[in-house]
Amino acid sequence: MIQWRPVYVICLREFKKFFREKSRLLGTLARPVLWLFVVGNGMNSLIRPQAGFSYLQFIFPGMIGMTILFSSIFSSISIVWDREFGFMKEMLVAPISRLSIVIGKALSGTLLSVAQAIIILVLTPFLGIHLTLMQFMEVTAVSILVSFCITSMGILIAARLTSFDGFNIIMNFLVMPMFFLSGAMYPVSSMPPALRHLTHINPLTYGIDAFKHMLLKNGTPPLGPEFPLAVDLLIVAAVSVVMLSLAALSFRRKD
Amino acid sequence: MSIITVNNLTKTFKTLTAVDDISFSVNEGEVFGFLGPNGAGKTTTINILCTLLSSTAGAASIAGNDCAQNPDEVRTAIGIIFQDTTLDTGLTAYENLKFHAYLYNLDRALTERRIDEMLNVVELQSRKHDLIKNFSGGMKRRLEIARGLLHYPRVLFLDEPTIGLDPQTRNTIWDFINTLRKKEKITVFMTTHYMEEAENCDRIAIMDHGRIIAMDTPGRLKEMVHGDVITLVTSDNELARMELQKTFGVEARVENGALSLEAEKGDELIPRLIHGLSVTTLSVGLKKPTLNDVFLRLTGRTIRDEGPRDNKEVTREFVRSHRRAQR
Repeated sequence: MIQWRPVYVICLREFKKFFREKSRLLGTLARPVLWLFVVGNGMNSLIRPQAGFSYLQFIFPGMIGMTILFSSIFSSISIVWDREFGFMKEMLVAPISRLSIVIGKALSGTLLSVAQAIIILVLTPFLGIHLTLMQFMEVTAVSILVSFCITSMGILIAARLTSFDGFNIIMNFLVMPMFFLSGAMYPVSSMPPALRHLTHINPLTYGIDAFKHMLLKNGTPPLGPEFPLAVDLLIVAAVSVVMLSLAALSFRRKD
Repeated sequence: MSIITVNNLTKTFKTLTAVDDISFSVNEGEVFGFLGPNGAGKTTTINILCTLLSSTAGAASIAGNDCAQNPDEVRTAIGIIFQDTTLDTGLTAYENLKFHAYLYNLDRALTERRIDEMLNVVELQSRKHDLIKNFSGGMKRRLEIARGLLHYPRVLFLDEPTIGLDPQTRNTIWDFINTLRKKEKITVFMTTHYMEEAENCDRIAIMDHGRIIAMDTPGRLKEMVHGDVITLVTSDNELARMELQKTFGVEARVENGALSLEAEKGDELIPRLIHGLSVTTLSVGLKKPTLNDVFLRLTGRTIRDEGPRDNKEVTREFVRSHRRAQR
């Protein structure tokens, strides 16, 4: 059972804190812009446009994926902060279900990630990428699904993480590999087989592939979507449900 | 009528028995205190009553609701102020209270009214829209009490409510709690290891090693110590102790380099003691019994011996273990 007023106020708190900490907003926006401008433009002059797409255009879906990945993980890590600074207890002794807390965190993380993905989309004209209104809408819709998936995964990790020490390990051994092994920077099919297997078990791969369906419409592999759109969406949705259920379960546990 | 009932409650963590088969009940409107050294099981008991922990055996109920079976009913009936602050320092006082009101499902109009009411009670109305990170320790505590009362709980739990606060702030908080008691029909359940603080309770349960070793009013607990407490420092405490036993027939304990003994009329005994002892008396003290003397009598230790470890101690220990590791 989900109580919606607590869910609402948990979201409200996350939004207030997000917009109060200007550095966090700046950080999440600076990262993809830097990659696009610096790495993207640098590589752009080395790699010939293929199938009508420049390298810069090719990595753009990946940049949206990256924005969502980092902001979702950061949002869900707030659970570790809440626990460390005691605020989690305020929620745990309130007459609300554990599921409401998890849904509140998942929803706020999702909305914040989608908001940031949209900001990146708005910046595209400055990068020489032009989107139709339809593409904009499609990308926004898929962003919601992908953000929800990654946030749920983050919550599951945060529920199991007991201190900040684990955070660096998560960043270095999970988040960064998830980004590099997602087809964001290079096509999945061009990877060595060992890495390709890892890419296949990464939910972000399918999220980014869905973005490629939207943004590289006439692209063909390797510089285009590599899986059917239905498969992408189905996998992301299934992973979301599994992650969120596991997260809710690990919250319910009390010693 | 009892509002909190605890029967044969036990909690074990792997090999440690934190709470060992305790039973007690608290009457409505009472201020009930758990007194004991750190690690005695006070916070564990509170956490079980607050539905944060499940018990290994036994049962606890608040306002007729079982803490394990109907946690939501229990949660609605209680307000809690934890040992460490649980405010969100990145939010304002108002936002922290509003968050609480929404968790407890107060409607919008009521929320605004209660927030103003409680901020007035704790005299923080002028800081309503200030961020908590700019609050002092005492202000944070007061705001937490305001938040704990916002949903009009029937029982207010205070886990070491004044730990880490200066004596002046400690008094202010207590004045406030006492005023509150007169106005509202609220039951207060608190834990503390400060003797002076425990004196404010109607009834005290003294805890040690997970067990309740005594439970009564502060006055009657102190009657367990017979009369006054005399402390003596002599040139040879051990010899003096034996002489006291032989010549005066009183049992004295040596602790912290001083002898302590109980006597019906301490003021009259002191001159006789100084004359009668063969060793030189260096200093003499006489005091009325405190709860610490009660604890000492019951356990042979003082509560202070195992008081909270300050940061210096923790740091020292860390440095020590670090050095050891380097060798």
